[in-house]
Amino acid sequence: MIDLWLDMLLVFALLATAAAALCSRDLFRAVVLFIAFGLLMALGWVRLEAPDVALAEAAIGAGLTGVLLLDAAGHFRGRRRNSGEEGKGE
Amino acid sequence: MRIGLVLALSALVGLALGAAVLRIAGAPPPVDLPAAVGDALVRSGVDNPVTAVLLNFRAYDTLLEVAVLVIAGVAALSPERATPLAAPALRSANILLHALVAWFVPLMLVLAAYLVWAGGHRPGGAFQAGAVLAAAGVLMRLAGVPLHVLGNDLRFRAGLVLGLATLLLVALLGASSGGGFLAYPPALAGTLILVVEVLLALSIALVLLVLFVSAPPSDGDAASTGDEGV
Repeated sequence: MIDLWLDMLLVFALLATAAAALCSRDLFRAVVLFIAFGLLMALGWVRLEAPDVALAEAAIGAGLTGVLLLDAAGHFRGRRRNSGEEGKGE
Repeated sequence: MRIGLVLALSALVGLALGAAVLRIAGAPPPVDLPAAVGDALVRSGVDNPVTAVLLNFRAYDTLLEVAVLVIAGVAALSPERATPLAAPALRSANILLHALVAWFVPLMLVLAAYLVWAGGHRPGGAFQAGAVLAAAGVLMRLAGVPLHVLGNDLRFRAGLVLGLATLLLVALLGASSGGGFLAYPPALAGTLILVVEVLLALSIALVLLVLFVSAPPSDGDAASTGDEGV
């Protein structure tokens, strides 16, 4: 019974982080939520008895993709700040 | 109003997807794959069915996947304005990171080695180990630890294609000895898979690392912190 409740909680947390990541207007926030989603997804794969996928999801999905996305978000932020200073007339 | 439209659309798509999943899950599988894999597992050279599928039964898929990764790595290397790979231009000033790198990197190296070795008989394998290795590299890069391996062009490029080249070589050896493309000789299968996995992990780590490292430093960061970049 407690398993069922924990699984429901996991599903709810997955849906909540996914929706929050999609709806967030701040890129940095969205990326952090995406990383949280990846970690929860890894837990989900463990619950589905797919530890191989869980390992790959945690290492690649949450870890490295998160780093790459953070990098990209940083670039966008820098570019937006620069273009905001230069092209205020637009 | 637009939100309402989006919500209605996503609800519709979600319902359709849910119905499709239920339908697929309800139908009896056309081929009993787990049983087929279980039957052939003895001849695969490894005990873990996932590794057996990835590196033996469907090694062709893995070969193409790794080829895609290597191409991505080469593409990331090619822009001319990319930073020199060894230059620690994107050093983070976080003191905690500097302190933790000394603890984390050795642990991550051991973990990566364990994951490769574990791939033969339990969850683990080249991709996971490569990702952990690459993450260790990213940490070192952020902490400003010089990565000399990235400085040497020839050795670095050789490392990038090492895994793919080995897998291709093994595949061609299998073909030339009459077994067929990517067919391992049964007696050597375990050893060959382990060797291929170790080298693949190294190459995957380098590819993932180069994807992170070769991005040009952000103009905004350089301007705001006065860091030497660009």
